[in-house]
Amino acid sequence: MKWETVIGLETHAQLSTRSKIFSGSSTAFGASPNSQASAVDIALPGVLPVLNRGAVERAIRFGLAVGGKINQRSIFARKNYFYPDLPKGYQISQYELPIVEGGSLDIVVGEQQKTVHLTRAHLEEDAGKSLHEDFRGMSGIDLNRAGTPLLEIVTEPDMSSAQEAVEYAKTLHSLVRWIDICDGNMQEGSFRCDANVSVRRPGDPLGTRAEIKNLNSFRFMQQAIEFEIKRQIEILEEGGKVVQETRLYDPDKNETRPMRSKEDAMDYRYFPDPDLLPLVLSQHWLDEVKAALPELPQAMREKFMREYELSAYDAVSLTASKELAVYFDAIARHVDPKLAANWITGELSSRLNDQNIAIADSPVKPEALIWLIGRIIDGTISGKIAKDVFRDLWDGKVVGAGNLTLPAFKVEADRYIEKMGLQQISDRGEIEKIVDQVIAANAQQIAAYRSGKPKAFNSLVGQVMKATKGKANPAQVNELLKRKLAE
Amino acid sequence: MLNSTVKQLASDLAAKRVSSIEVTQYFINRIKLLGGVYNAFISIDEEKSLAAARAADQLIAAGKAKPLTGIPLAHKDIFCAKGWLTTCGSKILSNFIAPYDAHVIERFSESGAVIAAKTNMDEFAMGSSNETSFYGPVSNPWDCAAVPGGSSGGSAAAVAARLAPAATGTDTGGSIRQPAALSGVCGLKPTYGVVSRYGMIAFASSLDQAGPLAKTAEDLALMLNVMAGFDARDSTSLQREAEDYAREINAARGEPRERAKPLKGLRIGLPTEFFADGVAPDVAHAVEGSIAEFKKLGCETVEVSLPNMHLSVPVYYVLAPAEASSNLSRFDGVRYGYRAPEYSDLIDMYKKTRAQGFGAEVKRRILVGTYVLSHGYYDAYYIKAQKLRRLIAQDFVAAFKKCDVIMGPTTPSTAFKIGEKAGDPVQMYLSDIYTIAVNLAGLPGLSIPAGFGDRNHPVGLQLIGNYFSEARMLNIAHQYQQVTDWHLRMPDGIKV
Repeated sequence: MKWETVIGLETHAQLSTRSKIFSGSSTAFGASPNSQASAVDIALPGVLPVLNRGAVERAIRFGLAVGGKINQRSIFARKNYFYPDLPKGYQISQYELPIVEGGSLDIVVGEQQKTVHLTRAHLEEDAGKSLHEDFRGMSGIDLNRAGTPLLEIVTEPDMSSAQEAVEYAKTLHSLVRWIDICDGNMQEGSFRCDANVSVRRPGDPLGTRAEIKNLNSFRFMQQAIEFEIKRQIEILEEGGKVVQETRLYDPDKNETRPMRSKEDAMDYRYFPDPDLLPLVLSQHWLDEVKAALPELPQAMREKFMREYELSAYDAVSLTASKELAVYFDAIARHVDPKLAANWITGELSSRLNDQNIAIADSPVKPEALIWLIGRIIDGTISGKIAKDVFRDLWDGKVVGAGNLTLPAFKVEADRYIEKMGLQQISDRGEIEKIVDQVIAANAQQIAAYRSGKPKAFNSLVGQVMKATKGKANPAQVNELLKRKLAE
Repeated sequence: MLNSTVKQLASDLAAKRVSSIEVTQYFINRIKLLGGVYNAFISIDEEKSLAAARAADQLIAAGKAKPLTGIPLAHKDIFCAKGWLTTCGSKILSNFIAPYDAHVIERFSESGAVIAAKTNMDEFAMGSSNETSFYGPVSNPWDCAAVPGGSSGGSAAAVAARLAPAATGTDTGGSIRQPAALSGVCGLKPTYGVVSRYGMIAFASSLDQAGPLAKTAEDLALMLNVMAGFDARDSTSLQREAEDYAREINAARGEPRERAKPLKGLRIGLPTEFFADGVAPDVAHAVEGSIAEFKKLGCETVEVSLPNMHLSVPVYYVLAPAEASSNLSRFDGVRYGYRAPEYSDLIDMYKKTRAQGFGAEVKRRILVGTYVLSHGYYDAYYIKAQKLRRLIAQDFVAAFKKCDVIMGPTTPSTAFKIGEKAGDPVQMYLSDIYTIAVNLAGLPGLSIPAGFGDRNHPVGLQLIGNYFSEARMLNIAHQYQQVTDWHLRMPDGIKV
């Protein structure tokens, strides 16, 4: 009998404000312990929280980007529990009235589109860190992270495989960076996911879920969820019961193990924080934030598929980040979009990845690629030579790559091709001469070809190309060779 | 100097008839001599105080004096003052030296005032008798066997015994007005949000409000002028134009020929609930006498009703402990304050630290607060109490349609004996029955001396005004103090 998996994700996205959500301390990562902990962050007696407007603005941006409802009145609540890295003994969060409710995110799995619905997104503060090493039997507390603004984004249980969960997480990850509310740095904990996983027989009510924590990479998320699905199915098939609990993923052993059960679940005694007034957002502000939103990935994806006739897969790849999408769009407007997509996802991406360069810092600017693709299309250079030219563009050998306007650049780049003698040979007479020479010098190959070994033909083409240093128009070479050999 | 008002001292300082060093030394000497008798203080730091006095004298000499420059003031030990021990009357903060100034302290030091000492108080401001302090009970200067009221008991006793010209306090359910009444001084709780709570150790955040205690209404105005004002560090601080609370102090209404009736036309609301069974006859008698005095000044009286007032004590004892249970969570022994000397693990450290660090009343309220916020009880207690709180506030809105100011007793009885109610929390809680509703509604409340009851114990008259009517209330009280002298009477035994 088959099993059906049900997954919901909770994501904590650290908002990219320079200061904390309720204090003026810096949120920069990696400072020496407690050097970014103010009186408010340490929770000295008498201190009070003051809400960071930038954090609210980012939450609004998110709500608008996912088409959620922005609550113009939301409430900060205290979540009470004791832990040494929680200085006040409560976390300021949102409970009954979050800033964002609803909304959705469209994901693409393979070539299939799917909509993941969001339950809510709310603002809260992060806790500090407990350091259990280096203190000889004691623990150290670093409160630099305490009070860092977070947006907790909760989905409905809409995903049905580890792959879908990962696609959702990737899409969300790309979105929060796209709208510039979170740097998405998963190593530094700026984007953290927890997964609620359960399995059931098709048609049955929801099964008992386990919450998996510590999924700090997409790969771990995939592995952890797959492990957890298998674990739960095994229990159920042996007639056992899944217990509701929080489980921790251990990437070294590739397994999840229990952290705390529902029985240990704390009563957080949520109540509205009397130190903070209800958060009231004016329509004017919402309109302003909306007007300042960039074109969203979903819209660009649809545009790429509609106007440029890209596949869903390519459209998703090319909207992985705003910078990439803008780069592609700038090129696709001028030259064949499919060629542009191939060059960007191929040559350009592999060089960017190799050298760990962000697309915004690419030494090859869109103008250069527009020109390059244009010269392939108009036959000035061959596709093969184009790769060499691309390398020269990358290495900065072409004067003005990226520094000149498109017309000025074209003049310079064309001059470069000419100077280096890279133009494609499309002169029929010239190619024919070389073809004749190759035929004359390769009687053996020709015999082989004629006796039914088509591979020999490729070898002859290769020889012509070699003789022209790769500059001969390949279509013409093919055509001429075939005709001559048929004679 | 003994019975000088802040206003008189300020004018003497400005005219250089006396220096801040002299004034400060005079009161510090009195504190050293008598502070222990009443146990009114938790810490004094003569060196710091005199250094501040010297700085004040330099400001005066340089012509840069502000209204309170050079005046020594006593501050409730709930306000963080940089470099000062700040205990909030608790063992758990008995080693806490504040590394920063509360807004109130900052405003006073900007104004050139001198910190004379920090006053004793009920632990975390939870109490009505100053008996819950880790530093022991405070005696009432009018009767050493009696309580001064609380929680600002040390501040009230300090002003009553003339150990400081004026003091600060905080009022969550009556903690300024009730000790002011029991100790025979004036005390004002401003409208919620008028004085920033930044640096004031929180008890119940939605109710806590700082205010002054002094001998005269006019001094309260001078003090409030310094304390009030918007502070971006407190999100509940109100963004309003700065106002001069002394501006109306001498305002007289009516025709010049009716100078004897400066309060002509003022409608005093007398809530039937304030004059019902609960009030002691000697208190009722004194309050009625002062209301008769107001009538002579031209006031009219109207009967008003606050039908939900009987709910204010139960509502308060749900909401205040709920907020307190959370506010006091930060006292966990991890980062500052007292930590139990021995413990086995983290949970044990929390348990022992808090068991040893908090007193019985604080523990009681943390337990109550934790209970009312717990899953399954929250709606029945916390949510219900919030709804009733709105009803109580609406009663006042309705009453202020019929009157300009509400008057009544501040407390149901005069000062009770130390130990008399300490074993009966409910009896103790009921001593705030007339003051609590004012905090729940966020309104300003004022207590002024209105005579004496049995055993020569002072009686307080409470004035409750509409939101932001502090200046008017102080004017009304000031007019009363122009024709009475209760506020200038001093207890025996304070002259040395």
